[in-house]
Amino acid sequence: MVKKVIMKSYLGLILLFMYLPIVVLIAFSFNKSKSRGNWTGFTFKWYEELFRNSQIKDALYNTIIIALLSSVIAVVIGTLAAIGIHSMKKVKKTAVMNLTYLPVLNPDIVTGVSLMLMFVFIGTFVKMQMGFLTMLLAHVTFNIPYVILSVLPKLKQMNTNLYEAALDLGASSSYALRKVIIPEIMPGIVSGFLMAITLSIDDFVISYFTTGSGVSNLSITIYSMARTGVKPTINALSTLMFGGVLLLLFIINIRSDREEKKRKSIKTGGMEV
Amino acid sequence: MRRILSGILAAAVVTVSVALTGCGGASNDKTTLKVYNWGDYIGEDVIQKFEDKFNINVVYDTFPTNEEMYVKLKAGGSDYDVAIPSDYMIKKMINEGMVKKINLNNIPNYKYIEEKFKNLSFDPNNEYSVPYMWGTVGIIYNKTMVKEPVDSWNILWDKKYDKQIFMLDSQRDSIAVALKKLGYSLNTKNKDELEKAKNELIKQKDIVQAYVGDEVKDKMIMGEGALAVVWSGDAVYMKSQNKDLEYAIPKEGSNLWFDSMVIPSTAKHQKEAEEFINFMCDTEIALENTNYIGYSTPQTEAKKKLDPELLKDIAAYPTDEQMKDCEVFIDLDASIKDYDKIWTEITSR
Repeated sequence: MVKKVIMKSYLGLILLFMYLPIVVLIAFSFNKSKSRGNWTGFTFKWYEELFRNSQIKDALYNTIIIALLSSVIAVVIGTLAAIGIHSMKKVKKTAVMNLTYLPVLNPDIVTGVSLMLMFVFIGTFVKMQMGFLTMLLAHVTFNIPYVILSVLPKLKQMNTNLYEAALDLGASSSYALRKVIIPEIMPGIVSGFLMAITLSIDDFVISYFTTGSGVSNLSITIYSMARTGVKPTINALSTLMFGGVLLLLFIINIRSDREEKKRKSIKTGGMEV
Repeated sequence: MRRILSGILAAAVVTVSVALTGCGGASNDKTTLKVYNWGDYIGEDVIQKFEDKFNINVVYDTFPTNEEMYVKLKAGGSDYDVAIPSDYMIKKMINEGMVKKINLNNIPNYKYIEEKFKNLSFDPNNEYSVPYMWGTVGIIYNKTMVKEPVDSWNILWDKKYDKQIFMLDSQRDSIAVALKKLGYSLNTKNKDELEKAKNELIKQKDIVQAYVGDEVKDKMIMGEGALAVVWSGDAVYMKSQNKDLEYAIPKEGSNLWFDSMVIPSTAKHQKEAEEFINFMCDTEIALENTNYIGYSTPQTEAKKKLDPELLKDIAAYPTDEQMKDCEVFIDLDASIKDYDKIWTEITSR
């Protein structure tokens, strides 16, 4: 009994620790006063202001597009790279893996400034403006290692005989890749994809140095408000984003639940016959 | 899982194609002016009004600190036509040839800029910059906790206010407080003076509650401390939220700061940039900006139209007498290393 209470309260404490900041943020997005110190009444005015503010809207748009695009590109490149690395010989594999770890360990500021200098350098030869494209390339660059690192363990878990069995049964190598390997490592790919999205939305330093005039994302916009204080419109925006992510999670859960049920019913149906 | 992933991919492709066609639709014949400013530091409709009036397309970007702006401009790869850095940074940029001369003949509204804000130390002949906003650094205090008059930096060393003092988590501003308390210039490069300032700050550290940034506003409004060093523009806001707060500029003098408009040397549209600067000095526009931001305007006509209560507030518009001993920060060149060193010694203590 006591054990149960302790277990439950421990879980509750952890959840409180994780979600209290978000609850506070949501509450203050409805606060009339600009200050986080006073509660002066309930209002929707920050939400209205949010929808009128074209700078924040543009930034949100850029953030989402870049997060999705860079993650998709990074997932494709990263997964293929992981499959390649997995089948390498020992020494070569260690060398390439170390090269993969390096960008992860590198401070953001180093990555950001070096990417910026590289883009400027390339810009002297080719007519290239810093902007959307350079920021996207930068995001793909820092996302790839995370995808590789989350796909590789799944490849290690996979039974290597599966792929060979598929080949023995007459599958071409690309068919075996699509129908055997990719489904096996799918959980790794999805977690790599989600990680890439999170990192891309989060990033300020690298984005700041690699973007050009006219293209800024949310983190740049919010961070540059620090001078005069972050406004409650940002609370409103965060609340909406939190709601969006929550909704997305619900949908994904419901769908995978349904798929599981379907699979189960097919199985049991087969047994009955 | 796979269906979800391919769904997201499809969505991304669609949005991007929409984005690309959207960009292609932007007008090609209009000139594009690129403006670089602090975040949330302009009236909400000002850009729109400028675009409508001059038929110019404005690309507006923001930066969080002078240093980050500097790195961005220094590296090249950006071609901003107007930027709005602070005093010491402008001096540094002038020294390094990063800004163009402004032709004041193209800026008729320059005549509205108050005389005392011309010929400033960072741009002695008004060749490179036009003031946009200005302010001071001072002490904000809570009248219910501080009964004595606040007129000197010495009060921040008073043991009575143990753990009730907030200092700025900003190297130059905090060292400037100690230097001014000792009666030195806040631009000093003299190592002895800096050493003394360091000792003062170390002595003070025991009674300081925290070195803070933006959060000082909420802390003072909620009455978590008695005294804090703040920028004047923030003081106006804090006073509006808590009537017990009052602002003072110590008699030893303080820091006087400016954010001024400059034209970076990479600018491609000097004429339009000057039009923009002139537009920002327009009475109505300057009024809109100062009302939105809450900082003080150097534009005389706009100042006349402000709320008379605000004009009496020394946080927003101090008297000449109070500003007599105030100094503008100057770029320190190599001496910045000494400041870095003593600030590290103070914060690591």
